[in-house]
Amino acid sequence: MTPTELEKGTSLWHDAALRLRKNHAAMTGVVVLAIVFLSCLVLPSIPGLLQDPNAQALDLKNRPPSGEHWFGTDHLGRDIFSRVLYGGRISIAVGIITTAVSVTIGVCWGALAGYAGGRADDAMMRVVDILYALPFLVIVILLGKALDPITADLTNGAVDLFAGEGATVAEQNDTRTWVEPITTLVPLFIAIGALSWLTVSRIVRAQVQNVGKQEFIEAARSLGLGHARILFRHILPNALGPIIVYTTLTIPGIMLFEATLSFLGLGVKPPNSSWGILIEEGANRMASNPWLLFFPSLFFASTLFALNFLGDGLRDALDPKSSKD
Amino acid sequence: MIRQILNRLGQGLLVLFVLFTLTFFLVRLLPTGPFKTERAIPEHIQAKMEAYYGLDQPLLVQYQRRLTNLVSGDLGSSLRLEGREVGEIIRQSFPVSLQLGLVAIMLAIAIGVPLGILAAWRKNSLIDYGAMALAMVGICIPSFVIGPLLADQFGRRLEVLPAMGWNPFSPVYWLLPAFTLGLISAAYLSRLTRAGMLETLNQDFVRTARAKGVGEARILFRHCLRGGLIPAVAYIGPAFAAVISGSLVIESIFAIPGLGTHFIKAMETGDEPVITGVVLLYGSLITLANIATDLLGLWLNPRLRTTG
Repeated sequence: MTPTELEKGTSLWHDAALRLRKNHAAMTGVVVLAIVFLSCLVLPSIPGLLQDPNAQALDLKNRPPSGEHWFGTDHLGRDIFSRVLYGGRISIAVGIITTAVSVTIGVCWGALAGYAGGRADDAMMRVVDILYALPFLVIVILLGKALDPITADLTNGAVDLFAGEGATVAEQNDTRTWVEPITTLVPLFIAIGALSWLTVSRIVRAQVQNVGKQEFIEAARSLGLGHARILFRHILPNALGPIIVYTTLTIPGIMLFEATLSFLGLGVKPPNSSWGILIEEGANRMASNPWLLFFPSLFFASTLFALNFLGDGLRDALDPKSSKD
Repeated sequence: MIRQILNRLGQGLLVLFVLFTLTFFLVRLLPTGPFKTERAIPEHIQAKMEAYYGLDQPLLVQYQRRLTNLVSGDLGSSLRLEGREVGEIIRQSFPVSLQLGLVAIMLAIAIGVPLGILAAWRKNSLIDYGAMALAMVGICIPSFVIGPLLADQFGRRLEVLPAMGWNPFSPVYWLLPAFTLGLISAAYLSRLTRAGMLETLNQDFVRTARAKGVGEARILFRHCLRGGLIPAVAYIGPAFAAVISGSLVIESIFAIPGLGTHFIKAMETGDEPVITGVVLLYGSLITLANIATDLLGLWLNPRLRTTG
């Protein structure tokens, strides 16, 4: 080790970054994620580069992949390449928003329960136990159907708002294509996030209990720091490792869940696409037009692989003691 | 011990109550209703039908009536299928789903646990990497991709297994759907078994056993298996829940006449008693599976007994 390196010293995070960089599977995951995320975010924003994902060309239907249509076309002549990229935007956004909701609730709930202890802790964890026993998918299907009329109102309101008054029907339809995925999905997935914070809260509670027993917390308390400051500035930063790991592993879970809901006919509505919808459409026409299933599944599965490998790598890097599950 | 079980059962009842309340009010929000069909029903007939089923009463009165009926064991009758009781629908279709689910769980254990033991035994070898890569495939590729692929390959191309349908007495019908359903649980079980076995294999008593000259197979199966399986056993409850949710998808892929199929149909028509019946059944199953999992954990890990 050179002297400058010694002087710098190694922080916990620096250590972790070194360990992560040695993990080939995790680093491959980072590269794959970068490619997928960038192509889904950037390519559709460049005007004129991609074909309209919802434009039908019935004379070009069911074409296999070619120079013109890299991923082929579907039964309505829509370009699969651009549908996969546009659909990816929705799938990724859903994964991130829902995970953000779920992790925020879980961290707050678990931290409060772990820090408060005693009766409050018992009661809060009892709520978690009860929610754990709910048949999750069934409740979400119910919730999704029940939210339908609400989201329809929301969509109409948003279309009026963004298209402006006196807009033509064509203008309204244009606005609708980008407003609808947001207004139909956001309520449902915020609700899903609000139901799926249970595991995070248990992890955070255990961490907070462990850290809270240590002496520097006692010291902080004897210095007269307030509860909020102790919890958010002294305890939670020490629980950050497991929270980051869990967040990385939740995103693929939620994306899989979105795909399942789309497969069952909830979630994103046609003609808009998400990876789940494209896979569902592809599975129906798998025998005659295999490319319809192959390309969306390829993007979906590689994103999931990458996130899971990255999550495993982060776990090994940030929390060397814990074992894989 | 018995007190603990009673405590958990009491909590289970609370779960069922929460589930019932949630379902009852969510169903009222549904845009579809049992009598909102495409065929326009004359208003006075609709009113009569609603009165017959008590749907014209105030919401809280309906809620209270349904709750008292439920407590006395009456699930009510379907609003869509005339004269059919929910209990009867469940008795008919639940055995199919239960059989599918049990076969799936057994397949998951039979695949996942040995794979995990093998991976832990040859840690960081090709076997380990191969097994864990396989587990990752099971986690990342959704069942609704694998299911149709398998059905297409084995059912339509090779024609060795039926691509859809169900026959309770013929195992060839069980294989594809149960495998597809159990795959994700098998993947998690293999990862958990590997982790648990690795932790146990690192303990001091294993070194002592090796020093005494105990054979590898005996160390693996006599000394480590019981302790190493604890994380995997703790996962059986969640696996059961995963299988229950998964069966909704699997039943629709393979056209299996189970409870999930009834649930989806009831959702489409807003058939509240059927929806409630299925949800409550799922909730009780998950609660029972969780209790059974805890008991198994206690049996495997005596250290938990004193603290609990």
